[in-house]
Amino acid sequence: MTAVLEISGLRKTYRGRKGVRKALDGFDMVVEAGQVHGFLGPNGSGKTTTLRTLLGLIKPNDGRMTILGQEVPRHLPQVAGLVGAIVESPQFFGNFSAETTLSLLADAGGVNPHRVPAVLELVGLRDRAKDRVKTYSLGMKQRLAVASALLKEPKLLILDEPANGLDPGGIREMRTLMADLAASGMTVLLSSHILGEIQLICDSVTIISAGRRVAAGSVSEVLASHTSATVKVRLEPGVDLPGAVAILRAAGAVIPSLEKDHFTVGNATNPAQITKLLAEKQIYVSELTPVSADLEDVFLKLTGTAPVDGANRQVDQVAAETQGGWGQ
Amino acid sequence: MSLYRAETRRLSKRRFTRLFVVLVLLVLGLLAAGTAYSYQKVTPAALAAAQADAERDFQEQVKFAEQEKERCVQAPAEFGGSCDELWVPVREDYRAENYMPSPFDFRESFPDMVITFAALLALVAFIIGASFVGAEWNSGGMMNLLLWRPQRLQVLATKLSALIVWLFGLTVLTGAAWTGLFWLIATFRGTTARMTPGVWQSIGLTGLRGLGLVLVAGAIGFGIASIGRHTAAALGAVLAVAVVFQFGLGVVLELAKVKFAQAYLLPYWILAWMYKSTEVIDDNAPCDFSVTTGCEQPVFTITWQLAGAVFLLVTTIIVGAAMWTIRRRDIT
Ligand SMILES: Nc1ncnc2c1ncn2[C@@H]1O[C@H](COP(=O)(O)OP(=O)(O)O)[C@@H](O)[C@H]1O
Ligand SMILES: [Mg+2]
Repeated sequence: MTAVLEISGLRKTYRGRKGVRKALDGFDMVVEAGQVHGFLGPNGSGKTTTLRTLLGLIKPNDGRMTILGQEVPRHLPQVAGLVGAIVESPQFFGNFSAETTLSLLADAGGVNPHRVPAVLELVGLRDRAKDRVKTYSLGMKQRLAVASALLKEPKLLILDEPANGLDPGGIREMRTLMADLAASGMTVLLSSHILGEIQLICDSVTIISAGRRVAAGSVSEVLASHTSATVKVRLEPGVDLPGAVAILRAAGAVIPSLEKDHFTVGNATNPAQITKLLAEKQIYVSELTPVSADLEDVFLKLTGTAPVDGANRQVDQVAAETQGGWGQ
Repeated sequence: MSLYRAETRRLSKRRFTRLFVVLVLLVLGLLAAGTAYSYQKVTPAALAAAQADAERDFQEQVKFAEQEKERCVQAPAEFGGSCDELWVPVREDYRAENYMPSPFDFRESFPDMVITFAALLALVAFIIGASFVGAEWNSGGMMNLLLWRPQRLQVLATKLSALIVWLFGLTVLTGAAWTGLFWLIATFRGTTARMTPGVWQSIGLTGLRGLGLVLVAGAIGFGIASIGRHTAAALGAVLAVAVVFQFGLGVVLELAKVKFAQAYLLPYWILAWMYKSTEVIDDNAPCDFSVTTGCEQPVFTITWQLAGAVFLLVTTIIVGAAMWTIRRRDIT
């Protein structure tokens, strides 16, 4: 596979009135051709900053970036025609209609104006195309933004939080649209903090936290390598549950929950160890099921943004990742 | 080229642009109508009517004077004892010219009309230029455009050229209409006499300088709004210049008894540019007394060449600063 997009060691520091803020701190990312790639991260982790830098809107302090094999921002003018992008709920001049807005962009970019009605149809704005953008809802503006990104038939489509403001129907349409686009050979880079979305449509993901990559790869790889390996253990009826838990704890197992008829082991990277330890004491397991983790769990764990009882997490606050397994 | 076409289209599609074009046409129309209304051609009929009016007034006054005289003769004491000093109307005081509207003299009055026109268009050019780029920055349209054309300098320069060419077209078209309109007014309500080629040439040159004023105003509005990324930036800057510089500075310079205080005020430079030169008198200097001419204070002449050079310099600095900032800044 060839990489459509490569970023390595990207650094960006914003200088403001209140000193400097490191938005990107040596960030890396690779997006392969023909994929829908999810770009995940909590609020303020640097997703938009990455995309702005990539598109030449802001200057990085350090790092290398290539799009379609061309180094950017140096060769951005050559590849700009192949990259359709929306960055952070895009704004349009409110007094122009969607049609005028797109036709001006088509003119400026040397794109065939016949594509304008086609993309408006595609995003479902055909009937409102002649209304002023000022009168649109947030979701409609988002659709217009996607239409503007699709206008030049890009090879790489970059969408920053495209689900923002969309209704459930709109989100599903967006999902189908992206699947269709990917099927037609377009590479899609999709930034989001809505994980269900990403898990449903993305082939691969990059997770960013505090300006650094914390995980990357196909969705299944990321899930496999970062699941917490929790298993649910049920014993024969009548067996002394607390006794079994004590045996396992003594061997180093973490038992996050103990119920009337079952308990869970939080760090069971090798579940066979559980049956072995208990069988040695003549305790037999009647059910041993892995508790499947989803992307959300992985995300919360990796970015350290899982909610903690009685504490209000602040946006820039990330906990160090806790690693380590048991029973291997 | 496609970008240039898109920008020209954007400019003329804007409601703001259209509104101000309509407004300026309206104001120009009102000015022309007012002029047409207040002048009248000298026709034999109008002259006869005016002569009749003058004669009637004269006769009335004569009658009134005679009555006064009679009363004086009967009771001289009431009139101060002598009746010789009573006022008697003179025929020369009742001229027909004063009893009819004067004709519009194209040669005399049109140059001022050209300057009025240029000043009005320059004002509108400034506002249109500022809003053209200001609204784009403000709405995020500029960012969208840069995603399509990542060459920042080229984008801004193309926008500016589209604006300048458009303003040029607007000024030339409305200027031609303005000239035609006043030619008609002069034809029907005045005179087009004594229009030698030299006079036409002088009017043409005034018109050219007016065109320059319009383009410079447009470019400066565009530049300031682009630096400030907001239309209001340009309008605010002008207000600040008007208040701080023109009024505030005027007072301060006066108090500080700076030489040629008025030479620091913008209107004098615009006048110099349009009227070819303006004299600024140094009121604070001791006067140079001579028996023949009285008190003479030193005079500083602002020539149109000097004013033009200053305008060009200021425009270059502002547009250059706009280019420099767009090159360097983070667009967020
Ligand atoms: N224009 C800016 N000036 C200063 N800091 C900024 C600016 N834009 C973003 N940041 C900071 O950079 C960090 C990353 O922001 P951003 O890339 O927008 O995050 P995300 O898109 O992942 O939510 C945040 O801490 C944010 O406050
Ligand atoms: Mg963002």
